[in-house]
Amino acid sequence: MNTTTNISTQHIWSILEDVTDPEVPVLSVVDLGVIRDIKLFSSSTGEDGIEVVITPTYSGCPAMDVIRMNIRMALLQHGFRNVQITTVLSPAWTTDWMSEAGKQKLKVYGIAPPNPKQQVCNTQLFAEEEAIQCPHCNSYNTRRISEFGSTACKALYQCNDCHEPFDYFKCH
Amino acid sequence: MNNTLIDYTLHLADNALIIGQRNSEWCGHGPVLEQDIALTNISLDLIGQARSLYQYAAELINDSRRLSTGNTPSIPTSREGRGEASSLNGMNTAGRCEATEDTLAYLRDSREYKNCLLTELPNGDWAQTMLRQFFFSTWQFLLYQRLQHSSNTRLAAIAEKSLKEVTYHVRWSSEWIIRLGDGTEESHARMRHAIDELWMYTGELFIPAEYELNAFKQGAGVDVTSLKDEWHQRVNEIFAEAMLPVPAANGQGFSHTGGKQGLHTEYIGFVLAEMQYMQRTYPGCEW
Repeated sequence: MNTTTNISTQHIWSILEDVTDPEVPVLSVVDLGVIRDIKLFSSSTGEDGIEVVITPTYSGCPAMDVIRMNIRMALLQHGFRNVQITTVLSPAWTTDWMSEAGKQKLKVYGIAPPNPKQQVCNTQLFAEEEAIQCPHCNSYNTRRISEFGSTACKALYQCNDCHEPFDYFKCH
Repeated sequence: MNNTLIDYTLHLADNALIIGQRNSEWCGHGPVLEQDIALTNISLDLIGQARSLYQYAAELINDSRRLSTGNTPSIPTSREGRGEASSLNGMNTAGRCEATEDTLAYLRDSREYKNCLLTELPNGDWAQTMLRQFFFSTWQFLLYQRLQHSSNTRLAAIAEKSLKEVTYHVRWSSEWIIRLGDGTEESHARMRHAIDELWMYTGELFIPAEYELNAFKQGAGVDVTSLKDEWHQRVNEIFAEAMLPVPAANGQGFSHTGGKQGLHTEYIGFVLAEMQYMQRTYPGCEW
């Protein structure tokens, strides 16, 4: 059993690097940007605890319950029993919080990462984001098939050059 | 006991849940796979928003019960609570139960639902579902834009989070109105039919219930009458581009009301029957 007197939040962050998104298993919850804060607290029983503050990507994201459970399990495996997971909604999650390492992992996995600059997160009609790069052949000659893909956070695209369909992790 | 805030939060939650449930009826029946998935995603967003709101409403209800009885509710877990609530036929008579997001969704009867009538109307054809979503999302977008500045930090946070999702819904449904209205003779005719079916349910969106007025006075809620002009302007713009006539150019015309007060169309019974059947038949079941 770990005693939390000498633990650091950095150590907790590194443990969470191994907790992955169940929908996109190459991404850790840290890469995804859903971990907002890690705080240490001391409880009345004398056993110090860890508070992990998380935020959902989308309101209806069905992965959140699994993510909560996996965070708890990972910390338990490292001996941290007193874990409190708090969910916050504001500020709202954005793809800007995704790490550069995460974006690279997405691409290798075959999902186009969100463009660095948000382009069409408004109500403008028939707008398409420019220059979505095909994760397979790197062509920018691609088109949107559907704004909504296999999960809430993705849109469906197809490459006009290699003709492969692919998911695009859309700006949000 | 802050009934105003409870009723107002339930009203917002019920709107999102009922239209989300309606849209989910399209799952597996969409005209093409991509649009089937699109509408299912929108359902997921809306039901997710409803969950955040029901969780908050449940906290408010439980807090108010603790205050009124001077101690904590006698039934500790939500699973047992759900079973008990069901055997007592819902929240009305289950005063001792702990409210949860599930009891609020699955164990209230139609008279306790406070959604606008528009959200419970049948899907009809694709045109009618698209128009219902367009009317609703445009309204919800304007509503959440203001609600994110609410003095109530919980409602403000939920609105801020949801607004990003609703932005997609507005865009997607607006595009469909234009595509169908300015499409073929058949699609145009279906859009006009949809307008005839739905228009008289849009006025209710802007007629505040008492709890909306009170929530607005308390700084927590939004004055829905203030959304009306902007909503009409937006509808006019999209309809003009879609070559569709605006039914009442100089105003709303007649509108059905009552949903916000729990007086619904006959359709809600069918929605609730399908949605609540499992929990009512097998109380507390999980899978």
